[in-house]
Amino acid sequence: MFALRDKYSIAGIGYTEFSKKSGRTVRSLASEACIKATADAGLKVSDIDGIVSYNFNDSAPAIAVATEIGVPQAGYAVDFLSGGNAANLIILSAVAAIEAGLAKTVLCYRAMNGRSGFRLGGGRDMSAYNITQYTAPFGWITYPQAMAMWCRRHMIEYGTTSEQLGEIAVQFRKNAEHNERAMQRTPITMDDYFNSRMIVDPFHMLDICLETDGACAVLVTTTERARDMAHKPIRIMGGAYGGGPNQGEDLFDAMRWPDHSHNYAKYIADDLWSSAGIGPKDIDLAQIYDCFTYSIIMQLEGLGFCKDGEGGPFVQGGRIAPTGELPLNTAGGLLSEGYIHGLNHVVEAVQQLRGDAGVRQVPNAETCLTTAGAMTCGSALVLRN
Amino acid sequence: MSYDKPLPVLDPESTPFWEATRAHKLKIVRCADCGQVRFPPTSFCPHCNSAAIEWIEASGKATVFSWIVVRHPVPKDIYALDVPYVVALVTLEEGVRMPTNIVGCTPEEVTAYMPVTVQFRDVTPEITLPVFAPA
Repeated sequence: MFALRDKYSIAGIGYTEFSKKSGRTVRSLASEACIKATADAGLKVSDIDGIVSYNFNDSAPAIAVATEIGVPQAGYAVDFLSGGNAANLIILSAVAAIEAGLAKTVLCYRAMNGRSGFRLGGGRDMSAYNITQYTAPFGWITYPQAMAMWCRRHMIEYGTTSEQLGEIAVQFRKNAEHNERAMQRTPITMDDYFNSRMIVDPFHMLDICLETDGACAVLVTTTERARDMAHKPIRIMGGAYGGGPNQGEDLFDAMRWPDHSHNYAKYIADDLWSSAGIGPKDIDLAQIYDCFTYSIIMQLEGLGFCKDGEGGPFVQGGRIAPTGELPLNTAGGLLSEGYIHGLNHVVEAVQQLRGDAGVRQVPNAETCLTTAGAMTCGSALVLRN
Repeated sequence: MSYDKPLPVLDPESTPFWEATRAHKLKIVRCADCGQVRFPPTSFCPHCNSAAIEWIEASGKATVFSWIVVRHPVPKDIYALDVPYVVALVTLEEGVRMPTNIVGCTPEEVTAYMPVTVQFRDVTPEITLPVFAPA
C-alpha cells in the first residue's frame, strides 16, 4: 500500500471567506484559495506544475483555475468527479503524481457555491434513471435522507441515541466559537439540539452540516523541497482510500452494502495505520468528516478509536473536547465551520500542527488524522509536524 | 391532477421489473447458472459473472432493515402534502434489499425487523410502485 512515509508534505494552505452568498464565480473562489496557498508556501504561481480537484459538476475545472492564476505548464491537471470522500484522495493523488514524475508542486483545491449556487443538501435532480429509478420514486432524494438510513441502522444495532448525536453537534459548535472562519459561532445547548426541526428522522436540523460558499487549497510537494519553503513541512505519514464491497452506483445505491452500521472507515483502517506506522492511540487530534453527526461515530469505530458499537458513548463526557482524550474537529467541523466538502479539515489540521491555531490551538499537537467520507468509500491521512 | 413525483425511466435491464409491478407482481433477477438472486437487476452475476438470468417472482414478504421518516419535504412543493412519510430498506424473503415506502401504519409504528408485505400502487397508467405494509 502507501509506502512513502514522510516523503511528501503539505507546504501551503489557503482559503477564502466562508459565506452563504459569495457573489462570485466558483472559479474565482478556487483561484483565490490557490493563490493564497502558493503564497503561504513562499512560492510563486510560476512554481506550480500540477493542480487537482474534485466536484459534482459544481466547480471550475483544474485547467480553468490554472489558466486564471497563470500556471505556465501543468504536468498533472485532473478533476475527480466525486464527493467528499475525495477530500484526502486528491492529496494522495498529488503525491502519486509527483512520485511518478508528472509534477513537482501540486495545488489541491475544492471550491463551491454550496449555498447560493448548486445546493448539495437541498436537492438532487428529480430524475429517476439508472440506480435512482429504484430510489427517487419513493421520495428518497436528498443526502440527509440517504444518510439517515445509515444512522438508523447504527441505532438499531447498537442503541445509539439522539443524545449522543447531539453531544457532537454541541461540542463542534463550541469549537467554532473560537474560529474566525466559522459560519456558525453562536453556542448551542442540548435543548437547542432537541428543539431544532426534525428534518428526516433520526436527523434534526443540527445533525446536518452547513451548505457553504467558499474554497480551500493545499499545496503538496516533497518534504525535501518543502524544507526550503516558508513553513515547517507538515508531513504525510500515511494515507488510504477505498471502501468495502458493493459500493454500488452512487450513494443511494448502498442497498447492497453489507452492514450499514459501519461505513468505509472499517475497510481502510488497516491500510491507513500500516502506512503511517502508528495507530489510533498515537493520534493527538483528529479532523473527522462530519457531513452529519452520525458519521463521526462510524469512523471512530471503523478506524479503531473504540470498539464496534461504542462510538456513541465515546463522544460523551468531554472526550472529544479540545481538552479531552481525542480533540475532534477543532475548527467546528463541517457542522459548524462550514462545508467545503471536507478539504477545510486539512486546512485546520495543518494550522494545528504548525501551532498556528491561535486560541483554539491544541497544546503539543504532533499528529493529526484527517478523514473524508461518510458512506461506502472514503479517504484518510495521518499528518505530523 | 398530474403526477409530479419522480417516475422511473425504464432501461433494458429494468423493464421486466417495472412491467411486472404494473401487473402487480414483484420480480427479481436470479442467476441462471449459480442461482444467486440480486437486486437491482444487472447484466452480470457478481458471484459467477454469468450473463444468464431468469426473472423469478418474489413472495412479497419482507422485513424492515432500516427506515427514515421524511418530515421536511424536499422539494417542498412536491412533497408538502405527503410528509411525514416513511422510506425503508426492506429485506425480501429471497435475501435482497429494496428501497420502498412503508404504508398502512403511522411512522411511529414502524420497527426494526417488522414483517411487511408488498402492495402495489398504480401511480400512473404506465407505472406501478411496489410499497410495503405491515404483514
